[in-house]
Order: sequence, then C-alpha cells, then structure tokens
Amino acid sequence: MRSLLLLLALCLGGALPAAEEARALIARAAVAKPEAAQAELLRQLMGQADPAIPPLLEAWRKDRLFLHEPAGGAVVPVLLEGPKDKDGAQAARRVADDRPLTDAQGAPARLVADDLNAAAHSANLRRVMKAVLDLTHLSSPDAAKRLASLAAIGQAQELEKLPALERRLTLEPDPRVMKALREALALVRLGAPDRAVRLTALRELEDLQSLASTDFIKLAEKKAIAVGDTGLAAAAHRALQAVERHRAVVDFGGTLFRSLSLGSILLIVALGLAITFGLMGVINMAHGEMIAIGAYTTYVVQNLFASGLALSPFGVSLSLPGLHATGGWREAYFLFALPLSFLAAAGAGILLERGVIRFLYRRPLESLLATWGVSLILQQLLRLTFGANNVQVGSPAYLSGNWVVGDILLGWNRVFVIGFAAVIVLGVWLLLTRTSVGLLIRAVTQNRSMAACMGVRTERVNTLTFALGSGLAGLAGAFLSQIGNVGPSLGQSYVVDSFMVVVVGGVGDLVGTVLSGLGIGAFDQFVQQYSPSVAGALAGVPGIGGFLQNLAQDSAVFGKILVLCAIILFLQWRPSGLFAARSRNLD
Amino acid sequence: MAAPVDPLPPAPPSNATAATLAFAACTMLFLPALDAGGVIDHFTLNLWGKYLCFALLALSVDLLWGGTGLLSLGQALFFALGGYMHGMYLMRMIGDQGQYHKPIPDFLVFLGWTDLPAFWRPFEHFSFALLMVFLLPGLLAFVFGWLAFRSRIKGVYFSILTQALTYAGALIFFRNNTLMGGNNGFTDFKAELGFALREPATQRGLFVVTAATLVGVILLLRWLRGTKLGLVQRAIRDGENRTLFSGYATPAFKLFLFVLAALIAAVGGALYVPQVGIINPSDMTPEKSLEAIVWVAVGGRGTIVGPILGAVAVNLLKSYATRAIPDLWLLLLGGLFLLVVLFLPGGLVSLPARLRPLWARFRALATPDPA
Repeated sequence: MRSLLLLLALCLGGALPAAEEARALIARAAVAKPEAAQAELLRQLMGQADPAIPPLLEAWRKDRLFLHEPAGGAVVPVLLEGPKDKDGAQAARRVADDRPLTDAQGAPARLVADDLNAAAHSANLRRVMKAVLDLTHLSSPDAAKRLASLAAIGQAQELEKLPALERRLTLEPDPRVMKALREALALVRLGAPDRAVRLTALRELEDLQSLASTDFIKLAEKKAIAVGDTGLAAAAHRALQAVERHRAVVDFGGTLFRSLSLGSILLIVALGLAITFGLMGVINMAHGEMIAIGAYTTYVVQNLFASGLALSPFGVSLSLPGLHATGGWREAYFLFALPLSFLAAAGAGILLERGVIRFLYRRPLESLLATWGVSLILQQLLRLTFGANNVQVGSPAYLSGNWVVGDILLGWNRVFVIGFAAVIVLGVWLLLTRTSVGLLIRAVTQNRSMAACMGVRTERVNTLTFALGSGLAGLAGAFLSQIGNVGPSLGQSYVVDSFMVVVVGGVGDLVGTVLSGLGIGAFDQFVQQYSPSVAGALAGVPGIGGFLQNLAQDSAVFGKILVLCAIILFLQWRPSGLFAARSRNLD
Repeated sequence: MAAPVDPLPPAPPSNATAATLAFAACTMLFLPALDAGGVIDHFTLNLWGKYLCFALLALSVDLLWGGTGLLSLGQALFFALGGYMHGMYLMRMIGDQGQYHKPIPDFLVFLGWTDLPAFWRPFEHFSFALLMVFLLPGLLAFVFGWLAFRSRIKGVYFSILTQALTYAGALIFFRNNTLMGGNNGFTDFKAELGFALREPATQRGLFVVTAATLVGVILLLRWLRGTKLGLVQRAIRDGENRTLFSGYATPAFKLFLFVLAALIAAVGGALYVPQVGIINPSDMTPEKSLEAIVWVAVGGRGTIVGPILGAVAVNLLKSYATRAIPDLWLLLLGGLFLLVVLFLPGGLVSLPARLRPLWARFRALATPDPA
C-alpha cells in the first residue's frame, strides 16, 4: 500500500508540473528578461507531458509566437489563427490560458501578424527548447516516439536530462521501451563526472549488451587508460566484450535469417525448373521470362485495381480501365494477382511446349538453344509492351516493416517469402505424391518408355508438367515483384542461380531442390557476412593473394564466385547432384 | 529413356578445300587492296576485320559443339580474356597521352592510383602480353575442363556450368577494384608496336594478320579432322560411352579440345580489340556466347565453312538491323535462331543439299517427258 502511494506520488510528480501549468510557464518565459531567466523558466518544463508544450515551442521556434503590446498594458504572448481577413488580420489566442484575446470592451481582438514582434529565440534558448521537446516525447503515448527520443538522448549524453529519465524509470509500461530507457540512462551516466556513476553505467551497459553503445564504451576505455584508471578501463573492456559477444550472436542470427530468405527465393525460382528438367531433361532458358511474365501480371492486376493502365505495344495504344478500389480492396490486389500470374505463366508455358519444345525432346542441347531464342523474343516483347524501364509494383502495407526478435531485424516481406516458399513446396509435394496427376508425372520421370507402355499419355503429361513448372515460375515472379524491381530482364538476374540450384539438387527428388536452394542461399549469405573478416588471411595465398584480398572486400561478388567454385567442387563428389534419378540406362 | 541423339549434320562438301582457298585469297588480298585503292572506305574494312574475329570465335564454338557435342557457353569468356590481355598492352602503349596525362591508364588515375599496380607492369612488353593471351585463357580452360570432364559432367550440365563460369568472370571484371577498367573496360588505344592505330595502313595490317590467323586456324582444324584425334572426337560426339568403353580416355581428349577451342577464341579476342578499339565486360557475358552459338547454328555446325559463313551473315544482318529496325532486332535474332534450330538443323550450308531433291523434282516437272 505504501509503495502504491509512492508510485502515485511519483506519477503525479511526473505528469503534473510542480507549481504552474505549462502554458502559463511558456507565456511567462516568452516575455521574461534577460535571456538567462527565459532559459531557466523553460527548463522547468523538462519532463512535463503536457500536450500543449510541443505546438507552442514549435510556434516559438518558427517565429509564430507573437508579442501583443496593448497601449499602456502588459505584453501578452499570443498565437494567431484562422483565415486572414481583407486587412490581413487574424483571430488571436492567448498563450497563457488558450482563451481568445479580447480588447478593452471584451470583444474578440483581431491582429495583423506583420505589425507584431515575434518572441525572440537565441541559439541557447532553442537548445533548451529541443531538450524540453525530447523529454516531452518521452511521455508520449506512442511507444515508437518514446523509443526514438530515448535513442537520441542516449547518443547526445546530456546530463541535464538525467532527472527526467530517472523519473520515467518507474513509469514506463512497455518492456521494450524500458530496455531503451535503461540503455539511455547508462549512456548519459557514462558522461557523468563522477567515477562511481560511470562505473555503474559501464556495469549496466555490460548487463544490457547494448549494441548502440560500442563507440561510447570504447571512448570511455580510451579516456580511462589515458588517466591511468585501470579499474574503470577493465570495466569498460568487460562491457565491450559483452557487447561484442552479443553482436556476434545478432550477426549470426541475422545471417541465418537472410540465408533462409535468400534460400527460399532461390527455391521458389528453381522449383518449376527442377520439375520440368527432371521430367523432360529440358533446361528451359526462357524460365526467367516466365518469372517476368508473373511479375508483370502482378503489375497489371495492381493497376487494374487502381486507376487502370495504358499500354502501347507496337504502337497500338491499349487502355485498360481500372476499378478504382480503395482501402482493403486495393491492398487485396495481391491475392488476385497470385493465381493470375500462375495462370498467365502456365499459359505461356503450354504455348512454348506445344509450339517448340515437343519437337526437340530427343535433342536436349537444341531445346536449350531454342528456349533461349524464345527467351530473347519474350524479353523484347515485354520491353515493347511495358517499356524498357522498371515498373512500380507497390507492396501491400502489411508486408512492410520489421519484426524485431532480440535485436535481430526480420523484414516482414522476407518472413512472408519464407512462409510462401514453405507453402509452395508443401503444395507441390502434395500434388506429386497425393494426386493421380502427380503419380503420372512421377511415373514418366522415372521411366518414360515403361510409363508409355502402361498406357500413360506421356505427351499430355509433358504439357501438364511444363504448364506446372512455368506456373510456379509465374508465382515466383509475383513474389519477386514484392521485394525488388520489375523490369524486362528481371528473370535474367535469377536464372543463372536457379540453374545452379537444379544442378546441385539433382532431379530425382523434390527434397534435393529444397536442400540445394537453402544450402546455396546459406553459403552465399555466410560468405558475404564473413568474407571481409577473412580478407586479411587471404592475402597470404601465394601469387594471387592481393587479388583475392581485394575480391573478398566486395562480399556480394565474392559470395557468388565462391558459390560457383563450391558447386564445381561439389560436382566432383556428386556429378549428378544430391538426388540423382537412378537408372540403368546408358547412352 | 533412349539416348538423346542429335541428328548429324551432313558431311562437309567435298569442294571445301577450294572454297577455303578462295575465301583466304579474297579476304587477305582483295579487301585491303580495295581499301588502299579507295574503292571501299576504311570503316567497311574495319567492319570485316571484326567479322573475321567473330569467325574465329564461331570456329571455337563449333570445334566443341559441332565437332565434339559439347555446348560451351563459356567461349565469350575466353574471347574477352584474350582481348583483355592484349588490351592491357595497348593501354600501356597509350603512355601519358590519356585524358589526365599521367604515365598510368586513366581509370587508375580516376581510382586514385599514382603508381602502376604490380601485375600491370610486365604488360608493357608485347611478348609478355602475347604470352598471356594464350596462357590465361588456356590455364582457366585447363583447370575448369579438368574438373568438369573428370567428374563426367556433360550435356546440359556442362552448358550450365560454363554459363555460370562466364557469368562469374563478367562479375569480376565489372568491378572497379579488379583494376581492369570496371564497367567501361579499356578504350582510347593509341598505338600497337609503334604503329598508330588511327592510320589506315595499321588497320590494313591488322586485317591481314586477322585473315592470316583465320586461314591458319582453318587449315589446323582441317588437318585435325583427318587425324586419329579427329576420329575420336567424332566418336565422342556420336556416342561417348561407347568410345570410353572402347578404351579411349575421353576426358583427356575432351580436355585437349576444350583448351584448344579456348585458345582459338582468345586469339580472336586479341585481334578484335585493336580493330574495334574497345573491350569491356559486356563482351564476356553468357549472352555473347549464345550469340556466337547462333552464328554457328545459322551457318551450319560440324563444318568449317558453316561457322564462318554464319558469323559473317548474322553480323551483316545485325549491322543492318540494329540501325534500321533497332526495336525488332532481338525478335529477329530470336526468331531466326528458333527457325534454324527447328527446321534447318544443318544450317545454311545444308541448304543446297536440301534443295537439290526439290530442284530435281522441279526439273522433272519442267522438262517434258521424251516418251
């Protein structure tokens, strides 16, 4: 009961000004003299949560807080508001009590801005105002604002804010903000003159493992060493080590997450290719364009939900009317775009299979070349239809933002990609193992002639499978449109990677593609994350050491190149990938 | 599944030798003479010099694809590497006549270098650059080929891996920090072996060297086909496992041919650079390799005349189309390729043989029956 009372008292102390209302205080400060007195008055606002403070100080800083000087009366600080009349006069409101300003007769007074003096503000005053505003944000109902202001206060290390921060310690309801508050407190205390305070601050930072404090701890350590304070230096060193350990964990977690998300993208992109390659031995060089078709379908659907779309393929102008959907409907466009991009790409796949590939089943190298010709044509058609530049595909609002787990940032769109990949893999697996179509596909994959002898119409299975593979590419395109640019050569940037996934995964089993996609994604991301730190060691390689060191600095390219080398070496061990289709055939 | 067997291209026409000689004489003597006499302009001669370099690239593609059944998408990499090695020498020959008037190449000045990086130094000697034109692509082809063939990577797997190799090479050369000119590559060359590159006489000389190299390569390839190696090569193309089981170490044969093809491409690239005046990483992409494959397919693979004919014909068409109908060029190229692959697997050189029966039937219809 006593502690509750104490809390209540503290609450009151935090929320209410000690003696005077914030407005009155500001009004007094505006007319006070000299400047030091003004600053002193404003400082009393620190830690107050009155919502009137930010707009008033803001107006002051922007020269919109005016001083009304009635003849023979005291100076009254006012704000002007409302529309100007023909003389340029506006209604005036007193700062002190937020009431309309009245003249001697009690009628509302109207004032002209140009006739009035704005309240002056020196650099020093503006600094005090900013400090007050920062602290006002501390008690803002919006947790994000509180977090941002805490971060700013911590980085600035202003001791004068210490009391206000300490007051918040008992009031803060949100655990996340609470942690930031403790961090900010420790950082501010680290700048204190008192050695004992600094020591406790270092212990607190060690405990908090705050990543943002690295530079401050380093500075504290340097200073402590400079003055020969070994105890403090040791504490700083310990704190630094704790932070670095934590950073290593966070980096590792982040890399793991990025691996998973890149792996999922590769998997989505390569899945369709793996199925067609497994079934027909055809490497579809136009796979990238199937992806682009899916992405452009998403673009078209998005515009149909909005204000329509004007296209001019081959000089024919074509204008599609839009639905002018708003709000939730507009956001839901993606749900419609998904099946449509599947269908569009699957349709293109059927045309490709019926029109070209079926003539080349016994000539795999030539089918590779023919599909490259198709890819050139499709790319150019897309370019002529939608223009050579990238088009804008907006992500729905629910895909933006981050999910923070223990200092690790997980982008929602990446989380979404991972979930989507899981759903697609599950769907394809169910299709292949639990449906009659899947049974036929597997039969033809394993032994085409035998399946044909048993009465399977292999031609039809080919077409179906090709449609499925292309449709999956279309789905991949719809996804890529959410995380990157959409342009005519969208597919090209993924197609080499997806070939790699298929080559490593082998064609015998879906599991191979999954493992290889995730594995390549992880390898790439881990090399990217850690290659700068091994660059120094690479310099020791005889002959090309300097070149390797230089290359390792550019981690993205280095990652890709190492992936390729690793794949070539991997194929020494397993020439037909992780899961090869077993067969006794030999040509 | 039965073995995928590509239909064999028709046997080369027996008058190939005569055609080769006529071609050699015409290109080596005729065009430069016309240029010197002012009948054709320098630009045209230069353009044909470029086509001849492309012909070398096409021959390198065909040695592997038409001859051995290996579809390599890496020949543009070797072509560009040869070009880069020669380009390094040409860059050194600019001396201090660059934009910045410094003794090191402009892009290095731009990147903040004041001294020449160590690996650039030997390239001021022509002989070293010439050695590197062969050594670097040859070594790369040897290492990659050794790894690929010993684990019996073939068919589309081989194509995909060579494509990835080329892609990785382009990625490396696109970086500024590779110190090979980055995105822009090498350009603004001034002199070769002391001759100013701007002089028409120098360009004529380069043309003759290119044509002579091409004839040399043609003769080499013709000779190779007649040897036992040529026989094994064709056996590998038509049934690799059977050849292997007959006791031939097919990986060794393939490795030799792969390195040889890389060297031919590299020489083509080295000759290409001084005539075209620029080399950059866009010449190193898998798409360039595929373009070279289009030339071979259009001309007729498995022959010697075919790839040369294809390289010249497609590039003539390209020179025309990219100016006259730039939007439609890629449609045209893709469509042409598609049609050739689907309907004319033997390429242009197989056209006479295909038309002969038609012609005979036409003749039979046209001439009245004597009886």
